[in-house]
Amino acid sequence: MKLLQERTEKQKFGESLIIQTAVRMMVPFIQLFGLYVIVHGHYSPGGGFQGGVILGASFVLLALAFDLRTSVRYMSERVNNTLGNVGVLIYTGVAVLCALFGGLFLDYSALDAIIPLGPIAWRSFGIFLVEVGVGLAVMSIMVSLFWDLGSGGEMDEGL
Amino acid sequence: MKALALVATLVTGAILLYGTMDFPAFGDPNAPAAVHLSNNYIEQAVAETHVPNLVTAVLGDYRGYDTMFETVVIYCAGLAVVSVLRRSKS
Amino acid sequence: MIWDLDLLILLLVVSCALAAITVKDLLSATVIFGVYSFLMCLLWAEMGAVDVAFTEATVGAGVSTVLFIAAILHTSRRSKD
Repeated sequence: MKLLQERTEKQKFGESLIIQTAVRMMVPFIQLFGLYVIVHGHYSPGGGFQGGVILGASFVLLALAFDLRTSVRYMSERVNNTLGNVGVLIYTGVAVLCALFGGLFLDYSALDAIIPLGPIAWRSFGIFLVEVGVGLAVMSIMVSLFWDLGSGGEMDEGL
Repeated sequence: MKALALVATLVTGAILLYGTMDFPAFGDPNAPAAVHLSNNYIEQAVAETHVPNLVTAVLGDYRGYDTMFETVVIYCAGLAVVSVLRRSKS
Repeated sequence: MIWDLDLLILLLVVSCALAAITVKDLLSATVIFGVYSFLMCLLWAEMGAVDVAFTEATVGAGVSTVLFIAAILHTSRRSKD
């Protein structure tokens, strides 16, 4: 009890133990739901954009409940920027790969020349690859938008 | 000035409401948007792409350019925010 | 599409929009804007556009509210006019 009191006195304004514990328990489930929305976009509403926004919102929630440094410790800025670039690169790379293997630009059935699964299965799988790229890019951009707008570009204090 | 703004808003809203009177009804099978290409997608999308969710099939496959440049637009917005706002401490 | 449910949601949407532009506290306006986004999400879902409703709920009510709050904390909380 005494430990709890000392801890409460040390806390900054606006930080609460209850909110922090609840957020720490919620964040893995939010991220799992975001991945589910991306992967299950073929069969249910959702897809790359919505799932990416949910994944980004989990990091925004961490930064809101703790502070900005905690969310940077979970995913550093360099990793975040790399994920965003890789996301856009996956989309355009799949498109260019289709053109290189004898199809039209963004015609996924041409990828059958690499691994023969059948052109229709490749069209389904190509949509999945593209959605993963969109999800990564959107997650990275939402998180970096919040980091830069919430801290004024300094990335140490803020919100 | 505020009264003028109110009048302008009301007149614009009335014109927009008048414009909706020519729209086809909700779910009308003979609407112009539903007779040309939509039936083709609804009949053949599952056979052509193996994706039961038609929205994903249209966004990811038939309208791939649209989704690609949408992603590029979001990427450019993030790039602009980072390059304008981000400052290193040193 | 059920027209009386539609009418109820549309009336709430209009009252939320009026409240968001008349309230003086910008933080309250942001929260009312989040309510507006959720009502629009309900309207899309009720009309059968589930993907649009999903996007509206995540982007409109989730991320844009947080970005507005971040902007308010760096400027002033009271509206001038």
